[in-house]
Amino acid sequence: MLGAMTSAVTIRGLRVRRGRVQVFDGLDLDIAAGRLTGLIGPSGCGKTTLIRSIVGLQIVQGGDVTVLGRPAGAPELRHRVTYSAQNDGLYRDLSVRDNVAYFAQIAGLPGSEVDRVIAAVGLAGQAKQRADSVSGGQFRRISLAIALLGRPDLILLDEPTVGLDPVLRADLWDMFARLARDGVTLIVSSHVMDEASRCDDLVLLREGQLVAATTPAGLLAETGLADADQAFLELIHRAEGVQP
Amino acid sequence: MTTPQFAATAARVLKQLRNDRRTIALLVVMPSVLIGLFAWLFNSGQMFQRVGPVVLALFPFLMMFLVTSITTLRERTSGTLERLMTTPMTKSGIILGYATAFALFAVVQSLIAVLFAVYVCDLTLAGSMAALLVFAVADALLGTAMGLFLSAFARTEFQAIQFFPLFIVPQIILGGVFMPIDQMPRVLEILARCFPFTYGIEGVANIAAGLGGWDVWRPFLVVVAFVVGFIVLGSLTLPRRTR
Repeated sequence: MLGAMTSAVTIRGLRVRRGRVQVFDGLDLDIAAGRLTGLIGPSGCGKTTLIRSIVGLQIVQGGDVTVLGRPAGAPELRHRVTYSAQNDGLYRDLSVRDNVAYFAQIAGLPGSEVDRVIAAVGLAGQAKQRADSVSGGQFRRISLAIALLGRPDLILLDEPTVGLDPVLRADLWDMFARLARDGVTLIVSSHVMDEASRCDDLVLLREGQLVAATTPAGLLAETGLADADQAFLELIHRAEGVQP
Repeated sequence: MTTPQFAATAARVLKQLRNDRRTIALLVVMPSVLIGLFAWLFNSGQMFQRVGPVVLALFPFLMMFLVTSITTLRERTSGTLERLMTTPMTKSGIILGYATAFALFAVVQSLIAVLFAVYVCDLTLAGSMAALLVFAVADALLGTAMGLFLSAFARTEFQAIQFFPLFIVPQIILGGVFMPIDQMPRVLEILARCFPFTYGIEGVANIAAGLGGWDVWRPFLVVVAFVVGFIVLGSLTLPRRTR
């Protein structure tokens, strides 16, 4: 299904061990360019490790991760790939604008780019407030603004909507869809299945295993179910039924 | 025109400090208060003339060690360091940024402490005040460089604070203040000569005593060598990939 499209990320035989846990043992995966791919699975299934492997932050034991035609973590990718971790990685004692401006400066971007991304996430009114004084939803959007700096080709967001109210979540997913329409590749992780329907493509993970790489429609069609949550559980049960 | 990465980082660190007024007040005022305490205790007498210059070396060193340890540890635990590693940020940009910010801060801190010691507490300064300031900044950079490196071995802020008695206090005890180094037991003498801060104290004491030339340059170059060494080691503790 995805074969005809170009891949933004190609993963072959990825093996990652964290401490005593073998997170991935030979994972193969392709993620299409210019699409919004949801990385869905329960907590601890390997979403963060997979994202960190694609960004090039994760020490891997084997396999190849190719991002935009280059090995993951290659220096030339640092202008084209951005990453927002689950813990946000922000300076809480700096203002919203100072946070964004610092990351813009180290990437050599002008002040106008700072204003653009702050406006894009709707934080223009809070730009002068300290990061630790804004609401939880606004705090997450600072991190998102930094990920938008420099119009990257690939944006990786780890659980960007956790703990946000439904209205804000819908706003963010609308924004992700807009970015994908503009040609940006987005990889967004979530453990909430009802967010799966907002994605173009789905990667379903469980305990480091790829349960399915499909689309929201494909997931429902394959299982014959109307509910994404149920469909995911159904796929897991099927996978376990096949295993000895 | 783009801002160099190290300058952007230095500005960011100083902005963080600026937003923490209480810390600034403590960093700027405390050295003078404690120097005043020494002066009062020894009635600005001979003992104060001996201890005073050492205190001027001590504060930039230990305060910058603590501040750097905590800020870099926070950078590691809050995820900001990890985020920086995904950007075009260079390691030298981070480390030189920290060094620049704290060196600038150390200039202000040392200037106030030196002026207070000389004009309020009657510390006799036989040598040049400018040389003393330069040396105090070198000591501050030594604290910063050691903090950058050693904080990599602390997982929590509590552990980082414990590095103070572990790595700093022995350097103060054996630094030649309580006993001249050549009168120490042999093993302690060797240890003292291996400790970087011994040279930090020696230089400041020599300047205060009016010595010049090699008596000041030698300890200065040793301190600079330790700063460079710790910065190189520190950059090795900033891997892009982690487990």
